[in-house]
Amino acid sequence: MAIQLEFLKSVPYFAGLSTDEFDSLKKLVFEKTLRRGEAILLEGEPAETLFFIVAGAVKVFKTSAEGKEQILSIVRPGESFNDVSIFDDAPSPASVRTMTPVVLYGVRKDELKTILHHHPQVALNIIKVLAGQVRQLLSLVEDLSFRHVIGRVAKILLEQAGDETSPRTQLTQQDMAAMAGTAREVVARSLKTLEAEGSIKLDRHRIVITDKEALRGLVETS
Amino acid sequence: MRCMALVVMPVVNQAKCNGCGLCIDVCGLKAIVRVGSKVTVIEMEKCSWCIQCEIVCPTGAITCPYEIVFEEHPKTDSRSVLSPIAFL
Repeated sequence: MAIQLEFLKSVPYFAGLSTDEFDSLKKLVFEKTLRRGEAILLEGEPAETLFFIVAGAVKVFKTSAEGKEQILSIVRPGESFNDVSIFDDAPSPASVRTMTPVVLYGVRKDELKTILHHHPQVALNIIKVLAGQVRQLLSLVEDLSFRHVIGRVAKILLEQAGDETSPRTQLTQQDMAAMAGTAREVVARSLKTLEAEGSIKLDRHRIVITDKEALRGLVETS
Repeated sequence: MRCMALVVMPVVNQAKCNGCGLCIDVCGLKAIVRVGSKVTVIEMEKCSWCIQCEIVCPTGAITCPYEIVFEEHPKTDSRSVLSPIAFL
């Protein structure tokens, strides 16, 4: 399928480029489609391509020697992954797997260098994106170190809840456990507790947030 | 921006399903039905989303994802007479 110019214009990496510059950029981008549950990258593999999500969602995660998974981030349309390895030439520090059917745009490492050579303003955009990723990881460290598990679950619910402008994320209890750094059973108990307190309602496949302020209060005080 | 249509239902990965039938045994509402020696089809009208099938599955073939929403959103209707097999 033809590379969508409108999508490329919405990607923070390429903010500020002219129409002619986007036309030459399009030639360096390729599209890739994957099914749900497919591995895109494995931790420790060399990285050759920077990817942008066009549609769907992927999880970036690390796995312990015992097989326990810690999700570092969920990457959504317009966002990128594999940035770190592309820029520091080291193996991928995390694995990436699709959570839904996914459409990606990819730019190979050498071609990214061409883009930077011809459009140096892209470098500032990249710095902003990487700074945002660092900020997000700092927030994760803060959650795992200082926040009680029910506060972590509350934060996940608030951050992952859908609204009119962005697609709803579907998460299993195991996904939430991997994001919160805990076990699935603990997430199940936390959800029951939040329901008993009236902050959420469990309606079959839906977790309905009925009291946003109560959840925010839990996040701040836990 | 392109959007993928979201269908919220338990997902059965046929490639991972080994036909052990533990999900059928654990489902108190008989919402999971074996078709042939391996494929299991979830009858959405009966499923209460207890996720016991996901918990008991030894291969991770069944997943029961939640949709997280703020209260003001209209309900997504996930029920159908017979849910399609999720080809993954």
